[in-house]
Amino acid sequence: MSDFAVDVAGVSMVFNQGRPNQVGAIDDVSLAVRAGEFISLIGPSGCGKSTMLRLIANLIEPTSGTITVNGKAAAQARLDGDYGMAFQQAGLFEWRSVARNVELPLELKSWDRARRRERALEMLRLVKLDEFADHHPWELSGGMQQRVAIARALSFSPGLLLMDEPFGALDEMTREHMQTELTRICAETDCSVVFVTHSIPEAVYLSQRVVVMSPRPGRVAAIVDVDLGDRSDDTREASEFFKKVTEVREALRGFDRDDRINALDDR
Amino acid sequence: MGDRQAGRARVRARARRVVMFALALLLVSACWELYKAVGPDAGGKIFGAQVLPKAENRAMPHVWDMVRRFGRPEQRGSSSTVGQAVAEGAWYTFRLASVGLLLGVVVGMGLAILMARFRIVERGLLPWLIISQTVPLIALAPLVVSWGGRLHIAGFTWQRWMSASVIAAFLAFFPIAIGALRGLTSPPAAAVELLASYAAPWSATLFKLRLPAAVPYLMPALRLAANGAVIGTIVAEISTGLRGGIGRLILEYMREATADPAKVFTAVIGAAMLGLVMAGLVGLLDGYVSRNRQGEATT
Repeated sequence: MSDFAVDVAGVSMVFNQGRPNQVGAIDDVSLAVRAGEFISLIGPSGCGKSTMLRLIANLIEPTSGTITVNGKAAAQARLDGDYGMAFQQAGLFEWRSVARNVELPLELKSWDRARRRERALEMLRLVKLDEFADHHPWELSGGMQQRVAIARALSFSPGLLLMDEPFGALDEMTREHMQTELTRICAETDCSVVFVTHSIPEAVYLSQRVVVMSPRPGRVAAIVDVDLGDRSDDTREASEFFKKVTEVREALRGFDRDDRINALDDR
Repeated sequence: MGDRQAGRARVRARARRVVMFALALLLVSACWELYKAVGPDAGGKIFGAQVLPKAENRAMPHVWDMVRRFGRPEQRGSSSTVGQAVAEGAWYTFRLASVGLLLGVVVGMGLAILMARFRIVERGLLPWLIISQTVPLIALAPLVVSWGGRLHIAGFTWQRWMSASVIAAFLAFFPIAIGALRGLTSPPAAAVELLASYAAPWSATLFKLRLPAAVPYLMPALRLAANGAVIGTIVAEISTGLRGGIGRLILEYMREATADPAKVFTAVIGAAMLGLVMAGLVGLLDGYVSRNRQGEATT
């Protein structure tokens, strides 16, 4: 096991290279996530944060640069099941019960039935939904569905969780509750997390480091270290929390202002 | 508790459907008789074109005459009734249509899976599938019969009934192929990415995601296909002169239409019932596979 859960070195991503609709999505990004660390990628739409996540997940290949996950090439890490993924839409399969949704990755990894079921129930206990094991997804609220999706992502103990705005579709109350739950789950499972969001308080509350990205093409504009100790609901009202929120906000504004100045220069 | 309540609601819904069906049948019969009562016996013509059908007994026998005809002997002195002959013919046609439907489902699914797997196949094949459905069945039937007749593969000889099933399949495969293709490509990108993140091979994506996701698209397609299979079989029976099925009965009874007008309608009613039975069976299957799908999982 290497010290880094994720190591991104000089990665660039250009879509439709050589064609008229060529887009530079990410430009020369380097970033390392320590084992057990929770980092957030934040930035305006189009800054390539989702692309970054897909690159780490090896769902797409970078144009240049290397990505290492758990000390191996990203492609190998994907084959080995080194990470679990959660998206903005819970994406549960409506024809499967809640437990069978959690079992899905285990089925693909050929676990036997009894072991699958046992692990699914264990994971559902972790997200406090074990009593809903035999319900179907449509009987669950949005927040509950998202918790099932997290249980599914963690079912094979991947050690790294990649999350793409998983709470983006939830209302504010549910969202804060889910954040608290996620920090608890991460503490219990020792998971490293790369978390994409465009909510500043969410990023600050959850992360040890907030990576602020600037758009077109995506670059790392700033990295804000957050040291808030153990998170609780009081954390959200601590002055240190607000200080960090302000710091991230100013980092986001910084390149925004630069952009405007550049735009003026262009004129 | 909820289960029992849902069960009772389902029974009530089914009973309501049976009652509605009986009412609809009565309504159709009533309309028929009403037209017979008020319509002109010689029919209505405008500038020589027939716009109203003849209401006389030879063109439109009474509903009760048709029903009674089912119980009478098929020919003067024959031991079986028309009802038995129609039931036997319908059973024969049902079996041919079922083979055709099965063949259509296999071919349609196969084509859909190929098209879903390879975009290039979809682009190349889809227009031809659409063109295939514009070929008139009547023209196709003799071709299938003659191609089949030339088939001799290691002890296998082509039976005449197989031509009818192939023609039925020709109508049945199309809705299946189109419906399945839509269904197989219906999962959102996130679901496909999820499976990619598990390094799932394409076959796993097919069995765990695409096929289950296609079920709601397949059921209406299967209804159309079942319908097509029945029509295809009957048309094939008529145009190839195959004996034993309801198509042949329609043809035979038609010849006696002047002397025995109610008789041909018994065969037509038999064909309609066959279509209903086929649709009913698909409905049962639909109820079974959809039992765990009451809503969409949306966030």
